[in-house]
Amino acid sequence: MTFSFARVGAMCQRHFYVMRRSWPRIVEMAYWPTMQMVIWGFLSQFLATNSSYVAGAFGVLIAGVMLWDVLFRGQLGFSLSFLEELWSRNLANLYCSPLTPLEHIVSLVAMSFVRAVIGVLPAMLLAIPFYDFSIFTLGVPLLAFFFNLLIMGCALGLIVTAMILRYGLAAENMAWFLVFLLAPFSCVYYPITVLPGWAQAISLALPSTHVFEGMREMLFHNVFRWDHFMAALGLNALLCLVGIGIYLFSFAKARKLGLLLQVGE
Amino acid sequence: MLSEPIIDVDQLQKSFGDLKAVDGLTFGVKAGQTAALLGGNGAGKTTTISMLLGLLVPTAGRIRLFGLDIARQRHKVLGRMNFSSPYVDLPHRLSARENLTVFGKLYGIKDVAGRIKEVAAALDLDALLDRRTGSLSAGQKTRVALGKALLNRPELLLLDEPTASLDPDTADWVRHYLENYQRESGAAILLASHNMNEVERLAHEVLMMRKGKIVDRGTPDDLIYRFGRQNLEEVFLDIARDRRSGEPAEVRGLLP
Repeated sequence: MTFSFARVGAMCQRHFYVMRRSWPRIVEMAYWPTMQMVIWGFLSQFLATNSSYVAGAFGVLIAGVMLWDVLFRGQLGFSLSFLEELWSRNLANLYCSPLTPLEHIVSLVAMSFVRAVIGVLPAMLLAIPFYDFSIFTLGVPLLAFFFNLLIMGCALGLIVTAMILRYGLAAENMAWFLVFLLAPFSCVYYPITVLPGWAQAISLALPSTHVFEGMREMLFHNVFRWDHFMAALGLNALLCLVGIGIYLFSFAKARKLGLLLQVGE
Repeated sequence: MLSEPIIDVDQLQKSFGDLKAVDGLTFGVKAGQTAALLGGNGAGKTTTISMLLGLLVPTAGRIRLFGLDIARQRHKVLGRMNFSSPYVDLPHRLSARENLTVFGKLYGIKDVAGRIKEVAAALDLDALLDRRTGSLSAGQKTRVALGKALLNRPELLLLDEPTASLDPDTADWVRHYLENYQRESGAAILLASHNMNEVERLAHEVLMMRKGKIVDRGTPDDLIYRFGRQNLEEVFLDIARDRRSGEPAEVRGLLP
């Protein structure tokens, strides 16, 4: 059989049809390179004038990576547990059972915790023999950081879930990239002072920023900053309320439009 | 004394923009009775069942199940009903037993393992229980889904195309099972189906739907008689092609 450019074109057209109807897919294509550039740009800028930063507290970057993964895995764990029901066309079965939306959300939070622990615990343990760095030396404050990041992950997961309920699997990619939208502003690897003024305002409104600022205070000065902890807690409460509000709105909208039975693409 | 209907639907409407998917449906189904929604594609059968399940909010009208308005008290009745539909599925990576266990717990069944054993025996699922649901054939999946629908011994069963992917032998066997289940439990059943044999056999009342409306209703025998036809399929075609007449056949000169 001869090679057909028409058939190749037809297959490309098939994917263009999907892309045309799915703005999250198009956004995602440009998203990762941009985010990487922004994060590493800020870090490079900071290290250029603070070359002894890492020497001041050896584990500061490793701890940042690990705690960032708590947030990422927490959000992903929440969203994936929901997506699995969509992928298997099981959502209608669940919503026609006595399971209430609140019970479903609580089960997703529990699974988010389990998935986050399974995801980050091996890395945390491996860092001890590999780099002679134990994040567990942070002690009880580590639990405070973990708790705040997990709650933030779940709140973001609720927002992702709401978008998937509203836009279907076309919004699935948001589960993977939404949290990274916040990475440059969360100040995972550099202090908030590195950011320009307008970005600092956004940054201070994120619970994650207060966690990472608090983490650095612990690592550099061995001080637990209650102000950062309370700020993270308060902002998380607000974020959870917003997440629940958006989720309930999307759920009501999905019931109005009949989206709970329409799964898949 | 007349018993209160388990399903009580009054002037139910659902619009999607300008499209009226369901337009002024009024009907009821009592305990121990089976009603069938019969109509072509797009007649509004699945939309009606979705509204009864609470998956879809009506544009207007009222649905009462077990005497409760589901717009406000849906969660009080969900444990007393169940459903099966080809539009939903069970998680493929779980075994049939795992799926039934999860749903058994969601429905608050006390002895889940014991109930699964009973349902498996009744629906001949024993050999399938420990296989991944995704590896089952379409017919086997339908039987497992039916098993899920019967786990909580529902007083109301909503079945959308319950035997759609079953071979005639298995389909007949499932119908027989549903008849027995209803006789023993007194459950009300609402059925949406394209299968005329199924409807003729199971339904006490047939609601003929077209473009979101009930255009005729009656027992299967009554409809066949009034349309002067040999079977329900011919009645269905008359209605689908808009050449209906609800007048008794002898009035139209079709019968002596």
